Amino acid sequence: MRSVTFETTAWPGHTAGQHVDIRLTADNGYQAQRSYSIASPAGRAPRVELTVECVSGGEVSPFLIEELRAGDTIELRGPIGGYFTWNPGISSPLMLIAGGSGVVPLMSMLRTRSQAGSKVPAKLLYSARSVEDIIYRGELELAANRDGFDLVHTLTRGAPAGWKGQTRRVDRDMLAQYGFQPAEEPQIFVCGPTSFVETVADQLVTLGHGESAIKTERFGPTGDKR
Amino acid sequence: MQVTRGFKGKQGDSKATTDRVPPGQYVTQDFPVLTSGPTQRTPLASWSLVLQGGGQLLARWNWAEFEALPQTERTFDIHCVTKWTKFDTRWRGVTFDDLLRAAGLTSTPQMYVMAHCDGGYTTNLPVADLIAGKAMVVTHFDGLPLPAEHGGPARLLVPHLYFWKSAKWVRRLVFMETNAPGFWESLGYHIYGDPWREQRYSGD
Repeated sequence: MRSVTFETTAWPGHTAGQHVDIRLTADNGYQAQRSYSIASPAGRAPRVELTVECVSGGEVSPFLIEELRAGDTIELRGPIGGYFTWNPGISSPLMLIAGGSGVVPLMSMLRTRSQAGSKVPAKLLYSARSVEDIIYRGELELAANRDGFDLVHTLTRGAPAGWKGQTRRVDRDMLAQYGFQPAEEPQIFVCGPTSFVETVADQLVTLGHGESAIKTERFGPTGDKR
Repeated sequence: MQVTRGFKGKQGDSKATTDRVPPGQYVTQDFPVLTSGPTQRTPLASWSLVLQGGGQLLARWNWAEFEALPQTERTFDIHCVTKWTKFDTRWRGVTFDDLLRAAGLTSTPQMYVMAHCDGGYTTNLPVADLIAGKAMVVTHFDGLPLPAEHGGPARLLVPHLYFWKSAKWVRRLVFMETNAPGFWESLGYHIYGDPWREQRYSGD
C-alpha cells in the first residue's frame, strides 16, 4: 500500500469519489493503463493523492509502489466518473461502507466533508483483514466521534488484544446496528472487492434502503473464473 | 509519447494475443463485475422483454416465449472500459436479427435504440451496431444460465463495443429517431464506445 501525491498540470478539479487513469509507457512504446481512485479531497488543488494497493502479478501497481520516485513524471488523466460521487451540498446522511482498499474514494468524501466544515451526519463502516491493513487509521480515528462522524472498524482475520471494534464480516446485523436507518434516507456508498459489495448491497436492500440510494464500486476478482 | 522512467511492463504476450487486445486494455482470465448499484434479481415469472418503437409496442416475450425463439451460440472477446479484456467468452441467446424477425419487422423503424433495464440503467446504441449478427440478448454464459451479477436472466451483448453497452438485466429495447445518451453516456463516457478507437470518455 502506498499513497502518492502528484503535482498536476491543468487539473480541472474533481468531485469526491472520482478516479484517474494512469498510463505508463516503456521506452519501446509498450503501454499499460489502470484506474485509481482519488484519495484527496475535492477541489481544484493541483495536487492529487492516490492510494495504491499492490495487486500481485499486476504491472502498474507494483511500479507505482516500488519504482516510482519523487520527481518522476507520469501520464495521469481525469477526473473520471460522474456517478459514484458525493459533494457537501448533499444534505442526506452519508453512509460509507468500505472493504479493504475500497476505503480510498470514501476517504476523499470524508476529507471533502471535513474540509467543507459540513455537519452532515456521516458513518463509516470499514472492514479490513487485520489491524495492519487499515488504511488512514490515525486520520480516521482523529476524526471519529466529532462533527457528526462515527467510525466502526471490523476485522475479518483476527484482532489484537484489547481491540474495541468488530471482529466479523459485515453482515445484516452490523449494517442495521451501525448504519443509518432507511427512514433517515441516507446516501450510501459501498466500495470494495466484488463479493463484499455484492453481499453488502443485497443486505442493504433487504433492510429497506432504496436501490437508487445505494451506489457501488466493485473491484478485483469475482472468484468466478468461468 | 512520454516514456515513464523505470517502466518496462510485462510485454510477455505473443503477437497473436496482442493483436486481439484493443489499445490500453489488458487480458484477464477472471470475469469482473462492474455495476453502479445493487444486483437486480428479477424472477423469471415476472420477466419479459419488450420491443418498442414510435410509441408503439412492437413485440413482447415472456420467459418461455423468449426461450422458444431461435437460439444462437457464439464466442466473442469482450472489452470493459475499466481496461480488462476477456477472450473467448461463450454465450447463448437470441440475435437482435431474430428478435426483429420474430416481431415481424422487415426493416428497423428508426436509427437508434435505447436499452432499458431493471434498476433503471440505460444505454444507447445505433441500430447498425445491433443488426447483421453483431448483437444478441443472451441468457447463458459458458453453457449455464447467466448469473444475476453478470446480468441474468438476460443481458444485451454488443461485444464489439465497450462492455457497458452490453446492458445487464435488459427489459426494453426502444427505437428512437435521434441518438440520445444513456446512463454512463450522460456521465462522461463516450456516446459510441469503440474499444479499437479507444473511445472511453466523451471527447475521445
